[in-house]
Amino acid sequence: MAGTLIVFWAFAGLAVVSALCCITRRSPVASALWLVVTLFSLAALFVLLDAQFLAVLQVLVYAGAIMVLFLFVIMLLNLGRAGPTDLRGPAGLGVGVLLSGLLLVQLLALRQAGLSPSVAVAPGAVARIAAEQGMVPAIARPLFGAYLVPFEITSVLLLAAIVGAVVLAKRRL
Amino acid sequence: MTFFLVSSVIKILVVFTALMVIIALLTLAERRICAWMQDRLGPNRVGPQGLLQPAADGLKNLVKEETLPAQADKVLFMLAPAISFIPALLTFAVIPFASPLPTPWGDVDMVVANLPVGFLYILAFGSLGVYGIVLAGWSSNNKYALLGGMRASAQMISYEIALGMSTVAVLLLAGNVTLTDVIAKQSGSLFTWNVFPLSLGFFIFLVASFAETNRLPFDLPEAESELIAGYHAEYSAMKFSMFYIAEYSNMVTASALMTSLFFGGWDVPLTSWDSTPPWTLLKTAVTFGSFALKTGFFLFFFIWVRWTLPRFRYDQLMALGWKVMLPLALTYLTVIASAIWFLHDRLGWTYDARFALTLFGLNVLLAVSLLFWLDRGHIVAGSVAEEGGRA
Repeated sequence: MAGTLIVFWAFAGLAVVSALCCITRRSPVASALWLVVTLFSLAALFVLLDAQFLAVLQVLVYAGAIMVLFLFVIMLLNLGRAGPTDLRGPAGLGVGVLLSGLLLVQLLALRQAGLSPSVAVAPGAVARIAAEQGMVPAIARPLFGAYLVPFEITSVLLLAAIVGAVVLAKRRL
Repeated sequence: MTFFLVSSVIKILVVFTALMVIIALLTLAERRICAWMQDRLGPNRVGPQGLLQPAADGLKNLVKEETLPAQADKVLFMLAPAISFIPALLTFAVIPFASPLPTPWGDVDMVVANLPVGFLYILAFGSLGVYGIVLAGWSSNNKYALLGGMRASAQMISYEIALGMSTVAVLLLAGNVTLTDVIAKQSGSLFTWNVFPLSLGFFIFLVASFAETNRLPFDLPEAESELIAGYHAEYSAMKFSMFYIAEYSNMVTASALMTSLFFGGWDVPLTSWDSTPPWTLLKTAVTFGSFALKTGFFLFFFIWVRWTLPRFRYDQLMALGWKVMLPLALTYLTVIASAIWFLHDRLGWTYDARFALTLFGLNVLLAVSLLFWLDRGHIVAGSVAEEGGRA
């Protein structure tokens, strides 16, 4: 148990520190890399929650594909060198502090309220389901059964985003 | 618990050492085989048949001067070789290389980590390897290196999709994502090796893994005739060597993966003696030999292709990836999934040689039609038309 706690705090700390670095670095490439580290430590936390499949998907999809694409775009547009900060003037800084304060209050309120019973999972339940049905079916069954309609609607949303991006990028099709 | 820890540590040390030795020998094998194909001798001066050449190269790389370009991003420039090197070595961890080894304290699985998500782990860490190349290209502050890095990222993303899609067919047949299960499913007979029921999938996997390992004919990121040496143009000494170690280690993993996914892993064909308990030391040794032989063949195949085929042009590479490989993989997946559903769910067949051979027949049909579609009036159709014209 002590070992698990050490691993948890190590990766939780790494996730927070790298997330901070991600938003404070001036160079887009450094920001993107710190984001990769954040995603990676989140994957480690997923493993601690017995969700190895989610962890692997996190690394495969986010760290392995999406962030590589980010880096590719940063390099293609030659944005690699450090630029000026986006927080321009005291007004921008004020709005930033206000919004992050609001987010903090929301998070604290969530923590006060606790998890609603409909989404709470008993300790060890994930490992038990995974042992019974296998790691992948434990996710696939609900996704393609009970939650099929939201899942398909999400894919339509993604399609709309792709079409929008093509229309924006290519004025003349 | 103690036994698990001790056996894991021993396995990690042994596998790591063995991998490094194999990689060192591979550099020699590549040069000797290349020389043989070009009717030369190759390096044969250091040690018997040049066997100590890798050691001499390693020593040379250690004592050479490390250069650092003046305008380079220093941290990333130093980190990039390590970033490409570490995932390349990590991926081998989930590949089972022999049947379980009996010890007085219990059976030891001959795999460093038998993860429940085994195969996906390889895809995940394999996809991280590209960071090393991209960052090396970017941090060198050299336009050729940058071009190499950008090519690498575009190429890896394009072929990763085809690679993933072709393996989904394997997972459909095996019904699980752990590599031990994939191998167990194939050990029934020779024809249940996935290369028979999924031969076209194997072809897609083969082509995509050449692109993923940046080997010829897809070594566009380093294309020396156009980009000097691409992403590692600015690197010298051991850092340069680390990119090579990463490339060869990716080759070893890709070969081991082809063996495990399509050629029965450590299964010895035509007998079920090797894949049924009780486990003995002899079985472990024989199955390891079988695994090493198959993997060794694919390593030779990588080298063989490298010194046989010319390099693609960049636009050809991208067109092949997106216009041929991806639609092909998607179509194939749909057809195979329907076929498996029909045979398994409608006809109620269990997975055996008959099942596999039926799928093999389907694959041959698909392969022939694919060949004619790819050919479209070039070689086969062209010569037929010519003969018809003469007659």
